[in-house]
Amino acid sequence: MSRMGVRMTRGPQVRGLALLGAMLLASALVLACSGDEEQRPLTVYAGRSELLMKPLLEQFSKDTGIPIKVRYGDGTDLALGILEEGRNSPADVYLTQDVGALGALQAESRLTALPESTLTRVPAAFRSPDGQWVGLSGRARVIVYNTDAIDPSTLPPTIFDYTKPEWRGRLGIVPRSDGFPEFVTALRLTRGEAFARQWLLDLKANAPRIYPNNIAAITAVKNREIEAAFLNHYYLYRFLAEEGPGFKVRNYYFDNGDLGGLFLVSGAGVLDSAANPEAGRRFIAYLLEKSAQEYFAAQTHEYPLVAGVAPGAELPALASLKTPDIDLGDIQDLRGSLELMRTTGIIP
Amino acid sequence: MTAFVLLPPAYLVLRAASAGAGALEVLAQPAAVAALARTILLTLTVTSTCVVVAVPLAWLVMRSDIPFPRMLLAALALPLAVPSFVGGYVMISALSPGGLVQQVLQPLGVARLPSIYGFWGAWAVLSALSYPYVFLQVCAALRRIDPALEDASRSLGQTAFATFRRVTLPLLRPAVSAGGILVALYVLSEFGAVSMLRYDTLTPLVYVRYATAFDRTSAAVLGLPLIGLAMLLVAADGLTRGTALYHTRSVARTPARRRLGAWRWVAFAGCLAVAALGAGVPLAVTTYWLVRGVQRGGDLGVSLSTVEHTVRAAGAAALLTVLAALPLVWVSVRHRGRLGPVMERAAYLGQSLPAITIALAVVFFAARYVPPLYQTLGLLVVAYAVRFLPEAMGASRTALLQVNPSSEEAARSLGAGALRTFARVTAPQMLPGVSAGALLVFLTAVKELPMTLLLSPIGYDTLATRIWTATSEAQFSMAALPSLLLLATSTLAVLMLVRREEHSS
Repeated sequence: MSRMGVRMTRGPQVRGLALLGAMLLASALVLACSGDEEQRPLTVYAGRSELLMKPLLEQFSKDTGIPIKVRYGDGTDLALGILEEGRNSPADVYLTQDVGALGALQAESRLTALPESTLTRVPAAFRSPDGQWVGLSGRARVIVYNTDAIDPSTLPPTIFDYTKPEWRGRLGIVPRSDGFPEFVTALRLTRGEAFARQWLLDLKANAPRIYPNNIAAITAVKNREIEAAFLNHYYLYRFLAEEGPGFKVRNYYFDNGDLGGLFLVSGAGVLDSAANPEAGRRFIAYLLEKSAQEYFAAQTHEYPLVAGVAPGAELPALASLKTPDIDLGDIQDLRGSLELMRTTGIIP
Repeated sequence: MTAFVLLPPAYLVLRAASAGAGALEVLAQPAAVAALARTILLTLTVTSTCVVVAVPLAWLVMRSDIPFPRMLLAALALPLAVPSFVGGYVMISALSPGGLVQQVLQPLGVARLPSIYGFWGAWAVLSALSYPYVFLQVCAALRRIDPALEDASRSLGQTAFATFRRVTLPLLRPAVSAGGILVALYVLSEFGAVSMLRYDTLTPLVYVRYATAFDRTSAAVLGLPLIGLAMLLVAADGLTRGTALYHTRSVARTPARRRLGAWRWVAFAGCLAVAALGAGVPLAVTTYWLVRGVQRGGDLGVSLSTVEHTVRAAGAAALLTVLAALPLVWVSVRHRGRLGPVMERAAYLGQSLPAITIALAVVFFAARYVPPLYQTLGLLVVAYAVRFLPEAMGASRTALLQVNPSSEEAARSLGAGALRTFARVTAPQMLPGVSAGALLVFLTAVKELPMTLLLSPIGYDTLATRIWTATSEAQFSMAALPSLLLLATSTLAVLMLVRREEHSS
């Protein structure tokens, strides 16, 4: 009612008052904006499961007071999205389980250097040599096998024996992402191009079944469509949580430094186009604090990367794995491996 | 709208152009040539299977005294609502060696099921999931065909079958080809199910290029043949369209339903069997997951806001797509110029592309040129419309062909303006076809995934994104309820539409 009254009396005083009001409003807006500078939300593109990451990311927001917005999605799609968005990308941080995706962003100069104090939280092998991304949690490559079909003591302790003829038709692989291309890159790096090509050809000659993702591969091992598959170690624990201990699939860990047990990481980096890079760096540092590393150990069945945090009791100790000595920064470019996998017929 | 629809092909050409002469090399790779051959084979076989299955089904449901026709209509439309990333996984967990079906059959002495991998599996699963494209369009067309034509044929001594073959079938041609094109485009762009079933067509090849080396250039080059195939399809359809008329002078009556006698239950069982493969298997597997989840008492992974998000985005997309399709179709059908049909056909090209390519095209243009709109609900709806426009266009076109222009001319001669004539005379007669188009868009938009993940506002979860989140972590019991809600939402949408049309006619 009173507002209507004001509107109806249009005198010079009112106009003056309106002007004053407008100025107040404008200055309030300026103040609000500068206040926003501190509390501007952090935007994360997360190529990791919302089910696993959400509690941790919400805890970051609670602990730091920085509001967080997370776009969950497929790691590949999100990286491609960032490349197509260009400088207008809303993302401050890209987080993924795929070293190759971080390598692709780095190759297109889309990542910025992280502070030394963050990088040195993890061993040098688990971060970009130029400091543009850092590993957050670790995963070992394993042989996943059906316990009815295979006695684990008969499993070859080296990946190079799985190309022998007795494995014909018994193996599954997921060559399209998430570990396998990284393994091929490590193979080329350590043994040379010709050896890697021959190994892929021998593998191909054994007619391995090709699966589009890890979930499908483990399901096939359970159904005995195949007896064993080359995968990362942690998928099994998702199935055990879902299906119970009667689930007849287990991991075989290479514990002798064999390349088959290549150790990979999930990681993150701050984008060159980030509107809020400071919060982004703080976020990555947070994920390498003890509490966050303990969260990875307890909730995602991965290996913590920071010294002094133990993995979950269900996993063999990292030291006992004697993982092969590969610097992940050296295998982040997967293009040559794609080409080799294509020409040997592992991928179409 | 045509400009919008051309964005994905334009993006593709832009990206592929940076390959230069290397493009030919990518296309000449033996794997690419083999994938192209597989793509063509699968597209032709699935499309013809869908037509052969769906036309009789539609006739039975709309024109015979089959029991529970409304329930059958809803059940037969349902496979369209099954996301292909669920469809592929579910079919495998049910039908693969050692899967659920074999576990059930084991005591009966079935030791091994035929393999579902490769061509035959891909053919069966894609056919079972995509025949509703043809089915729904033919149902809508049957509703509008004047039974006087069929009656005339019968009174001239033709048998029922000859009447169907020589009168009804030719009248259904626009609906069949509109549905067939949608099936073909679906097969061209399909990724989830074919990669699960290990039949590498071109689209999985595009995904491999993206996923293993973030190679946007050769991914785009491999998308080019898909555009080419879509052009061929649409051109073939245009050549065979001719100038036939699909309307009559009289006002159409509601046709009588043909009596099937004792055969009605056989027909009923046949319809159920088709629906059982496409919708029943996913329904059974997800129910099994749900029961297990409830027994264990875990998080069922869905809230009411998720359902609301899904319905709002898909509903808005259905509305926008139909509104965008009408003028394009109008110009193409009523004004027999050159430009109209060309614009109409251009709209089909994008739909042959992998969903991720279309999503990246929208990301590219929106983030660079209209950043304030990027990742808003409005943009997501526009992106859906770009992707699903052909679904609304085919159905609207069929509907408009069935409207006699003389009724419009009569309205104009009585002094009504063009807009008023369209609103009062044309649109009401087009309603069944247009609603079928809107329904198709709705059913495919509720399950859309790659675009939704990249383009929705942050935190805007839908049933499809919930299902994906759960299945990609093997938390199947958490995927069950969203899956069942997705199927329920789609069933409700079909039933609401059927009821409204029965009331209006």
